[in-house]
Amino acid sequence: MTMGLSSRIITERATLVVDIALTIDPGMTVALLGPNGAGKSTVHASLAGLLPLTDGRIVLNGRVLDDPDHDVFLPADQRRVGAVFQDYLLFPHLSVLENVAFGLRARKEPKERARIVAEEWLERVGMSEMSARRPGDLSGGQAQRVALARALVTQPELLLLDEPLAALDVRTKAELRRVLADHLSGFAGPRLLITHDPADAFLLADEIYVIEDGSVTQIGSSEDIRMRPRSAYVADLAGVNHVVGSATNGDMSVGDHMLRIGDTAALGPVVATIHPRAISIHLSRPEGSPRNSWRTTIERVEHYGDRVRIETGAPLPLTAEVTPAAVSALGLTVGSPVWASIKATEITVQVG
Amino acid sequence: MSERGQTRLPRAIYVAGAAGLAIVAVPMIGLLVRTPWSDLGGLLASDVVVDALRLSLLSSIAATLVAAIVGIPLAIVLARTDFPGRSLVRGLVLLPLVLPPVVGGAALLFALGRRGVVGGPIADLTGLVLPFSTLGVVLAATFVSLPFMVLTVEGSLRNLDRRYEGAATSLGATPWTVLRRVTLPMVLPSLISGFVLTWARALGEFGATITFAGNLPGKTQTLPLAVYVALEQDRDAAVAISLVLVAISLIVLVSLRDRWWRAL
Repeated sequence: MTMGLSSRIITERATLVVDIALTIDPGMTVALLGPNGAGKSTVHASLAGLLPLTDGRIVLNGRVLDDPDHDVFLPADQRRVGAVFQDYLLFPHLSVLENVAFGLRARKEPKERARIVAEEWLERVGMSEMSARRPGDLSGGQAQRVALARALVTQPELLLLDEPLAALDVRTKAELRRVLADHLSGFAGPRLLITHDPADAFLLADEIYVIEDGSVTQIGSSEDIRMRPRSAYVADLAGVNHVVGSATNGDMSVGDHMLRIGDTAALGPVVATIHPRAISIHLSRPEGSPRNSWRTTIERVEHYGDRVRIETGAPLPLTAEVTPAAVSALGLTVGSPVWASIKATEITVQVG
Repeated sequence: MSERGQTRLPRAIYVAGAAGLAIVAVPMIGLLVRTPWSDLGGLLASDVVVDALRLSLLSSIAATLVAAIVGIPLAIVLARTDFPGRSLVRGLVLLPLVLPPVVGGAALLFALGRRGVVGGPIADLTGLVLPFSTLGVVLAATFVSLPFMVLTVEGSLRNLDRRYEGAATSLGATPWTVLRRVTLPMVLPSLISGFVLTWARALGEFGATITFAGNLPGKTQTLPLAVYVALEQDRDAAVAISLVLVAISLIVLVSLRDRWWRAL
């Protein structure tokens, strides 16, 4: 028996045909990254058992969940798929504790035992003190922890997270992303993270599926997606440079390279976002030298109408955008030795 | 002298609004003015009034329960499933809302009377005769009040975010558990409104009752029928009984006002 999730998900609706093959090994996190309306929620609903497949097959740990060709459809309540929904969907009329205990009670656990186990999980996500509250009293971050506990308490075989960070403000997001990362690593089964935010995918996923108009346009590690985008959408996401590294005291180490980021509060794993137009290319060491300047070579030159994208090589591969006039004035071609520079203020840092 | 920043409305709106209030308030004042306060105790203690009050409360509560037992499932089916002829079924269920009650009573009589299509076989098999019985009163009240239950509950089910039900299902809840622990609790305010509206309609029922169940004191004569009869014979008694109906309605409205105002 093959463990993990193996699926080919085909659903047809008037507006969108979804056809994707998705395989997730136990202990791995796959991110489904795509714009709104790409079919991400359809995949979530199909796996959860809330939307039957038109064609294809879903197999989880050797159990067939959906197979229209053989007339198999396991209803959602029998799938053992734990889901954290967009907006969390905590039951507003039940207390936090009752929300977490819901799945156990639904599976006929005795009331007392359900309460004890639910309390343990609330403890684990640090929400014990809120157990008597109603979901309406919780902040976005607290609701996310409760939703996570509610999904994990029944020991599902697959964990689905639909835009778990979308409802949060930027600061809470960074903190909650870390909480999520901790709990994801504590879950032994396959995990699917659905998101439209590349930072979520880059920081949380082992493998990223890019989905557009119902099909997968690229599968790869965050490195693959960032460095070798294969569609305009990914290029736009990746065209903005996302650099993963580790921050201390306003500096960020990316491999052997040190990048000055200015943000002294950031600590630990971070994603730095650098717009291609924030990077300047010079033939010699720039005057009045910004702290972030280094020697590199040009790996690629691509013309996009009135803009030119230049990829630089070691020590810090980045995409820069310059004007065609600059390219001809500086005589930039593949292999040219150049200096690249960025102002620290042009680097946006997200804590992972 | 108005508060600074208070909403300003055209004068005509206040005038028309006051006229609307008068339409409801003036008859109530008329009733209070005409009430024989000194004889009230004696009038209300008469057998006719006590019997009618008992019967009215009993039959309206029974009708509300029956309407809930069959009406809530009907509302769920209408709100949650799609089948050919669904809008036809919905229209049929809502028919008693617009039909003159006396026509409803006549229809009940033709169908469930001693010689009716359904009533005949029922009487032959079980000996149960519905017309002119207390059971007939309950049936007539259920007939006219059922749409209130179905409409209220169906509307709130349609407005409910169905993703909550999906979330419950994915947590392992069977359809029955989802209904019991998520769907119905989440529409509770509307359920309560449904009960109140249905009960109020059943309590006030007149036309279908008198047509189908008749006007037998102690057996089928409810408070509205007693008012009607008393108007012909004893005006003071009619006023006294009317006052009882107003009082019951007010008590219910006031005691349920929080949920009532919020849900409607």
